[in-house]
Amino acid sequence: MSGIILVFLLASGGAFLLSRRPRLALATAAVPLVATGLWLAWLSARVLDGERFAAQVSWVPSLGVDLSFRVDGFGWLLGLIISGVGLVVLGYAAGYFGDVNGRRTARFAGLLTIFAGAMCGVVLADDVWTLFVFWEITSVTSFLLIGLDDRTAGARFSALRALLVTSMGGLAMLGGFALLVGEVGSSSFAAVRGADVTEPQVAVALVLVLVGAFTKSAQVPFHFWLPGAMAAPTPVSAYLHSATMVKAGVVLVARFAPVFVAAGWWRPILLTVGAATMFLGGLEAMRQHDAKLLLAFGTVSQLGLLMLLFGAGWSETTAAGVALLVAHALFKAALFLAVGVVDHATGTRDVTRLSGVGRRLPWLAAAAGVAAASMAGLPPTFGFVAKEGVIASVFEAPGGWGTFASVAVVGGSVLTVAYSWRWWVGVFGTKTASTSDLAVVGHEPGLAVVAPVTLLAVLSIVLGLAAAPVGDVLGAVSESLDPGQGVHLALWPGWHPPLFASIAIVGAGLALDRFTRRVWSPSRDTAVAAFQRTFDSLTAGAKRTAGIVQSGSLPAYTAVVFTVVAVAAATPIALGARLEGNVDIAASPWQAATAALVTAFAVAVATARRRFVAVLLLGGVGYGLALVFFLAGAADLALTQVLVETLMIVVFLLVLRWFPDLHRPAPASVPRWIRSAIATGVGASAAAFAAIAATARSDRPVTDEMAARAVDEAGGRNLVNVIIVDFRGFDTLGEIAVLGIAAIGVANLVRTHAVPRRDIDTPRDRSVIMATVVRGLFPFLMVTSIWLTVRGHNALGGGFAGGLVAAAAFLLRFLADGEPPLRRVPRAGGVALVAVGLALAVITALAGLIGGAALESGIASIDLPRVGPVKAVSSTVFDIGVYLLVIGAALAVIRSLGAEPVDSEREVVA
Amino acid sequence: MNLVTVMLIGVLFGTGTYLMIHRSLTKIVLGVALLGNGVNLLLLSAGGPSGDIPILGGDGSLSDALPQALVLTAIVIGFAIQAFLLALAWRTWALDGSDDVEDDVEDRRIAARGGDEDDFVGSDGTA
Repeated sequence: MSGIILVFLLASGGAFLLSRRPRLALATAAVPLVATGLWLAWLSARVLDGERFAAQVSWVPSLGVDLSFRVDGFGWLLGLIISGVGLVVLGYAAGYFGDVNGRRTARFAGLLTIFAGAMCGVVLADDVWTLFVFWEITSVTSFLLIGLDDRTAGARFSALRALLVTSMGGLAMLGGFALLVGEVGSSSFAAVRGADVTEPQVAVALVLVLVGAFTKSAQVPFHFWLPGAMAAPTPVSAYLHSATMVKAGVVLVARFAPVFVAAGWWRPILLTVGAATMFLGGLEAMRQHDAKLLLAFGTVSQLGLLMLLFGAGWSETTAAGVALLVAHALFKAALFLAVGVVDHATGTRDVTRLSGVGRRLPWLAAAAGVAAASMAGLPPTFGFVAKEGVIASVFEAPGGWGTFASVAVVGGSVLTVAYSWRWWVGVFGTKTASTSDLAVVGHEPGLAVVAPVTLLAVLSIVLGLAAAPVGDVLGAVSESLDPGQGVHLALWPGWHPPLFASIAIVGAGLALDRFTRRVWSPSRDTAVAAFQRTFDSLTAGAKRTAGIVQSGSLPAYTAVVFTVVAVAAATPIALGARLEGNVDIAASPWQAATAALVTAFAVAVATARRRFVAVLLLGGVGYGLALVFFLAGAADLALTQVLVETLMIVVFLLVLRWFPDLHRPAPASVPRWIRSAIATGVGASAAAFAAIAATARSDRPVTDEMAARAVDEAGGRNLVNVIIVDFRGFDTLGEIAVLGIAAIGVANLVRTHAVPRRDIDTPRDRSVIMATVVRGLFPFLMVTSIWLTVRGHNALGGGFAGGLVAAAAFLLRFLADGEPPLRRVPRAGGVALVAVGLALAVITALAGLIGGAALESGIASIDLPRVGPVKAVSSTVFDIGVYLLVIGAALAVIRSLGAEPVDSEREVVA
Repeated sequence: MNLVTVMLIGVLFGTGTYLMIHRSLTKIVLGVALLGNGVNLLLLSAGGPSGDIPILGGDGSLSDALPQALVLTAIVIGFAIQAFLLALAWRTWALDGSDDVEDDVEDRRIAARGGDEDDFVGSDGTA
């Protein structure tokens, strides 16, 4: 069976490639169909004896998803229909498409092959996931085939509509399958059929699955996509949209109905939907002037009948349904193909304009007449045999729903007779009306397109004449669905109520056609209009929403983000978080005073109108916060904060010197009061969160463990530093990488655009005294920075602090001397230092790998002369990497933002 | 945990947020800086009660070193981020002569278009 899948795949690939040889492409497409047909024919005897063939291909073993197949009687029959009708349609296509536009023919052949393979997968699947996958493939290929004429707007819209409807149904079905599998614990059909229908979850799942089946099989109210699908070329309509794909929903129902009919709601729903579809399709078919659309609505009607028969879940109706399914595949494909021939020959499908076609093409008219007779249920066609079986089965059905089914079938069949007759007379009859607009046969159709129609018509008669042996085969098939009592199929049923009913139906149908011919005219399909309205208002609504939400204003976006932050943080807090432990007012008077100062600075920053003032105030916030850190016992933080704040102020000023001092009053896209409200909300939420988070500890701090191991394993006593360079060294590695990347980013952003030379910071302006002092200070600061780095492992300090001190030293020289000394450092100097620092850190990390885990510290005691024993810890090297990187990053930033662009006058942007 | 820290965190978050909802890149960077300070303080205070400087050898109870280590790197990274934002502001100024963020042109176009034209499926879609 996997071999068959492979043949389908290869053939479709081959067909796609053969756009220069369209006929060869069609022949290639025929290969897998022939293979499937022969394979199934070879299995025939054994399958009909009740033997089953299963195959399984493991797909996602970890999720228990397999492609699993099983050939039973029903699957065997459908597989034969798919390959048989497929071959007939391919033969027809060779004549229909001709040699023009080989690319289109090749695409048709490739897609048709994929579709046929997927359709075989649908009917042979033995597992809901397998079924679903192939089901969706048929939806997609149907979409592509409806839109085969991709330059026609109508075809594209119809294709899209079909896809939207069927894939929406597919989505519902997926949900249903997921629920079912969740309930029974297995995805095999056998397990799913065993689901307990009294469980509400199973009922919901089944309804969802039915939605999928209804959309696929064009049941009311999802039927409207099928007439639209007639935009496809004739072979596609004949194959996908009448003989095979649209039956997928019916097939699924046929497999489920015999067991799930145990749920009380199943039969009423299926009977009602089927009957409604049958009537609506029949009535709409009566209104059509387009011969193809008439057939399409006829298909809708027949699908309704099939849904009714299989959905009812009685063993008799199931057996009758199998017969009708075969009959329908034969006659409907023939009728579609005949319309295609007439369309080609006359240039129209309008039954009010076609005239004299039957006289010019008697052979085609006769073949199509046989097919139409089969559709109407006239002897000696197989349609008659099947229809008799159908009527007999519903007449035998018990209870009120049995009566309902009988009335629906008889009433619907009257419509079928009426539109069958109207179709045949309309297409092939001669009009007496004196309209000058009549269409006649322009050129004779070739044998290649007439022969398939004839073949299917002959089959309709042969099967009808051989009703008894065919009935035996179909009986065996229907037993694979429902082992109960079937229905007797015969060409001559005897003088029984079903025959009287048939005679009455034919009479009533012909009368109905006669009386309504002038009255009913094409109406706009309300379902299509409703779908269109829904679709249009959805897209319009989406656009309006996008217009409102996506205003393009950055402050508006930020405001939305912060509102969400405030609400998201406040909601759980309001819903029940509570404070644990005691709440003090302040840790100390010092802390309270500092906090008050920082608050004042922060508010001043937010309201300052002059940029320079704001930056200086921000510095105040930073220094004040350093004091807060120090008071909280975080000396390393305080040190780092002071150094960073200093650098930051300078960097700010280096940039802001180019800007006007006063903020220009910007157009307010977010009103001030909203800004204030959001800010207050975020502040309050953050404060509440902080209060709860600080007291919410429920476990011992991991730091206790780290403290216990710091000296032995990391060789250091400064816990903060040990964590940074050892315990959480990998984090630090990532963080310094970010630091380096940001610095490189700054260097590149600024290098690409230069600003006009200003005459501040040129040697003229520098202070000699300051320059002298700084030069004296510089070596001292550099030594301090190294000392801070090296001692950091055991005492206050570390690579970050050391690097920042060194950066501050360079900055001082830069400010005091103006630019020249730094210019001697190449522009890329800072970036190079970043690279060296990062490399050092990475190498240390990797070196640790040799002895054990990455970043594991190696500790060695070295006896230095005069100094005594010094413990060298490898993480110190890591810290030196951090040190170098911080210097490099700071240098790159200062050098870029502080530089006077001298040699780039031509790049100046005014 | 004490009320003063909590209120300070609220103030830093609030003022930072207020500044970030502006067009001026300078104000946005100032806002980022304030908000960053608030986040650092929040992290530190979430670590629990303060104590002595976490260097082994003393005899008092030490404050939790882990949040301190986290905040320390956060401070330095904050410096880099702010420098990067300033470089962006600088470049915007070099290009436009202003540090205001203009409305996104593409978004404006979408907003102006509304729901009137260019429907995906036309009402003539019936085959």
